[in-house]
Amino acid sequence: MLTSLPLLSITIFLPLLGAFVILLNWGNKQTSLAMNARWVALWTSLVTWGLAVTLWWNFDASSSEFQLQDKFQWMPLLNISYHVGLDGISLPLFLLSAFLVPICVLVSWTSIQDKVSEYMVAFLVLETFLLGMFSALDFILFYLFFESVLIPMFLIIGIWGGLNRIYAAFKFFLYTLLGSVLSLLAIIYIYFEVGSSSIPAALVTPFDPQIQTWLWLAFFASFAVKIPMWPLHTWLPDAHVEAPTAGSVILAGVLLKMGGYGFIRFSLSMFPEASSYFTPMIFTLSIIAIIYTSLVALVQKDMKKLIAYASVAHMGFVTLGIFTADAQGIQGAIMQMVSHGLVSAALFICVGVIYDRLHSREIADYGGIVHIMPRYATFFMFFILASIGLPGTSGFVGEFLVLLGAFQANTWATLLATTGIVLGAAYALWLYRRVVFGQLSNPRLKGLTDLDWREKIVLGPLATSILLFGLYPTPVLILAEASVAKVIDQFNLALEVDGNLLVNPKKFLEVAYLRRGQ
Amino acid sequence: MTGFYIPDFSLILPEVFLALSALLILMEGSFVKKRSFRRSVHYGLLALGLALFYLIFQNEAGQSWVTFEGQIKQDDFIFFAKALILLGSLGTLAMSVPSMMKENLTSFEYPPLVLLATLGMLLMVEANDFIILFIGMEMQGLSLYVLAALQRDHPRVSEAALKYFILGAFATGLFLYGVSLMYGFTGATNFDIISSVIRAESVNDLSLSLFVGLIFIMAALAFKVSAVPFHMWTPDVYQGCPTPVTAFIGGVPKVAAMVVFLRLMASPFLLLYGEWQSLIIFISAASMIVGAFAALGQTDLKRLLAYSAIGQMGYVLIGIASGNDEGIQSVFVYLTIYLVMFMGTFACLLSLKGKTPEGVQEIEDLKGISLLHPRLSFILAVFMFSMAGIPPLAGFFAKLYVFKAAISAGLFYLAIIGVLTSVVASYYYLKIVKVMYFDALPETPSASHGQLLVLSPEIIVVLNICAAIILVFFLFPNGVLELAQRAALALPI
Repeated sequence: MLTSLPLLSITIFLPLLGAFVILLNWGNKQTSLAMNARWVALWTSLVTWGLAVTLWWNFDASSSEFQLQDKFQWMPLLNISYHVGLDGISLPLFLLSAFLVPICVLVSWTSIQDKVSEYMVAFLVLETFLLGMFSALDFILFYLFFESVLIPMFLIIGIWGGLNRIYAAFKFFLYTLLGSVLSLLAIIYIYFEVGSSSIPAALVTPFDPQIQTWLWLAFFASFAVKIPMWPLHTWLPDAHVEAPTAGSVILAGVLLKMGGYGFIRFSLSMFPEASSYFTPMIFTLSIIAIIYTSLVALVQKDMKKLIAYASVAHMGFVTLGIFTADAQGIQGAIMQMVSHGLVSAALFICVGVIYDRLHSREIADYGGIVHIMPRYATFFMFFILASIGLPGTSGFVGEFLVLLGAFQANTWATLLATTGIVLGAAYALWLYRRVVFGQLSNPRLKGLTDLDWREKIVLGPLATSILLFGLYPTPVLILAEASVAKVIDQFNLALEVDGNLLVNPKKFLEVAYLRRGQ
Repeated sequence: MTGFYIPDFSLILPEVFLALSALLILMEGSFVKKRSFRRSVHYGLLALGLALFYLIFQNEAGQSWVTFEGQIKQDDFIFFAKALILLGSLGTLAMSVPSMMKENLTSFEYPPLVLLATLGMLLMVEANDFIILFIGMEMQGLSLYVLAALQRDHPRVSEAALKYFILGAFATGLFLYGVSLMYGFTGATNFDIISSVIRAESVNDLSLSLFVGLIFIMAALAFKVSAVPFHMWTPDVYQGCPTPVTAFIGGVPKVAAMVVFLRLMASPFLLLYGEWQSLIIFISAASMIVGAFAALGQTDLKRLLAYSAIGQMGYVLIGIASGNDEGIQSVFVYLTIYLVMFMGTFACLLSLKGKTPEGVQEIEDLKGISLLHPRLSFILAVFMFSMAGIPPLAGFFAKLYVFKAAISAGLFYLAIIGVLTSVVASYYYLKIVKVMYFDALPETPSASHGQLLVLSPEIIVVLNICAAIILVFFLFPNGVLELAQRAALALPI
């Protein structure tokens, strides 16, 4: 019965419906309205999560095809359609988004006190855009969702953010917009090449290698800013520091993954020649990101900024893994994205918990809180270890697979990347020591209370899933396996052609067409 | 043509009707003792509405007629343009009611002048002859000069009106000179004859004077659409005129002028494509760049919107520069969406009181109003994001179609300039959102800060319709797309 419903579309647009319900209450200013908005948002996002799990249930992991597709003509004159579907690459990230939004709502339960309904509306709208972005199978639809994300995120940072929020919101918006507009032109070009804006059609269209370079660069501008890669990462620390806790959670948890998803779905799958041409550059940038931003993280005085830089380093592993074009590397990158989504979300919430109590993010203001907040210290310890990549946590699986994949591609790159893990342990453990251990020196800390039930409800599922995927990563890996194998097959197929042919695009195209049976 | 010739009046019935209505409203205002500004406006709205209704009723898809001995033409392209002009005038006239009443600009001449300007614009777009085009242009021009000077005892207003008049007259001069050169070479003012004369000779044999004439005509039109380098009047006039008048001057006439621009380039001068394309590319790129960068430092809202309009016209010109079917379609889609955004933005400004009696002037006047008027600020924010071209709002689709046209014509550099300037421009659109949402109310607000005018139902209707169109355009893009396609088919490209 369920399969006859357009279940995927319902999941995508349910949050929008919830947002609409909240909007209906506009106008009468009462505290009960804020409470209603919170509950509506919580229930909507929980039901969405439930639906997303149902999708997971109905998903056939052994197939590499796009599944649960919904399609209808959107702009028939232009051959642009509303087309959504999931495969093993998008589903993990889809689930991650649906999982993190209810957590965001709970995190903001008491810390957001003004314009509550607008805040919840922004989050629900953001959820629709994110879910739509990961499941879009039409270029125009993809771009629509990809860029729409900027509006709610801009408002979340700008309205509910910290002191320097306006600067951070503008920087976030303009930086990411600048990156993505070029990919719009690439999308239009592909549209004319393919004759429609369908992503599955574009995936089997071979592009002229020389054109590929330009298209690849256009997409690179967009995804490298989003993920973000060094040296395009400078918007991230500002945005993270100024955003409210839930904003940081969704930013680190999901928004960064849009870049990684784009790299796998578009750059690697559609432009294999260009991808292999640019792989040395990606490796270099990834390794600089891993080492340099880890070093930068070491000297941060602001907890959120430290975690933000750590995110850039972790994303370096993702890009490294993706462009190994190897099953272990890409699966590791997907695992790393899921894991980082959980771990960094948890770390930002941990910072948020003490920020809500003391209203300071300075590391120097803390110290010795293990004496007054033992439960908090335990959770924080666990997440710090997961961030380092301790075996038994999901962080280990991702990083290990990426390094395994990278080792086969480039030993030196792997060696350098591994130093990042050591540095990661250094900044994370040092942060933990300074905040949690030592003497309770700051008198203002005395009054802090330990985690309340709401915070435990928030941190519990995160800790459980990090542990679960650390011990038993198979659910994610099996989900991605078939689709990743398909991407790699196509990639290798394109590159099997003799290197000389790359110089002669016409002949190359003939061979490519032959191989793809067209 | 010999004998007694009776032209087909049924094709220009809306125009005749508008002219008569304007005169009637004028009579009513002069002779009826108990004058009512609002009643005159309602008569004007009724006339525009009926004209629009007849236009839609009379239209048949795919037909093309010429009448008045080939001087006036009627086809899908012109139908779309006329409908757009009538709708725009209708909306702008309706939304000006509360602020005109507040500023004591309740002269009964206002609605007839709007009607006459609209009539002029209709003539402009349906002209198939330079003489008719000139008459139409002057008719709308003169009505607009009077409208601009409506508040004539205010020094800033009279300065703006005078500037507008002098520069407008200058553009007219350029236009006439260009037309006379054109006539000197081809011996005709009729578009079809000019077109066939150009077709008869190869481009290399064409006389230089023809190109000079073409350039003069293009310069005059660039004046009317305020494209760089002929944009200087725009910020001053926008800022100087009373806001409801700015809303009219900046919206519909630009659409009409742009349609004429497109029509001239695509119909009589199509074969000179190679000659005019580079010029259009230049003015398009220059408009986008100036529009994006010059607006960054503006603190006056209307000046900011003026530069924004210059930039937006640059995007429309991309569509003309592509010179293909997609280009024509994108111009129509862009103009439609732009007109709606523009009217909506001004409707928002017209709903608020500012520091001075003239209404909202500075960006600062919007400080923190999201706390006072969540709905109004939400709607204005929607228009700002849409103007910046952020999906899923309509402005994104406008830009999408324009860039699509550019890529299909191989104008990659123009498209790249377009997307990059759109990022720069989004900064100042966001600035307005920021002032409304991120800033607190000023500590010592003026008494009228963020106060709403007594809103009349007319402006509320316009505001809500415009916001709804921009918000849900992505659900129903096909109606406009189909109309645009029909319009493009009517041109010989």
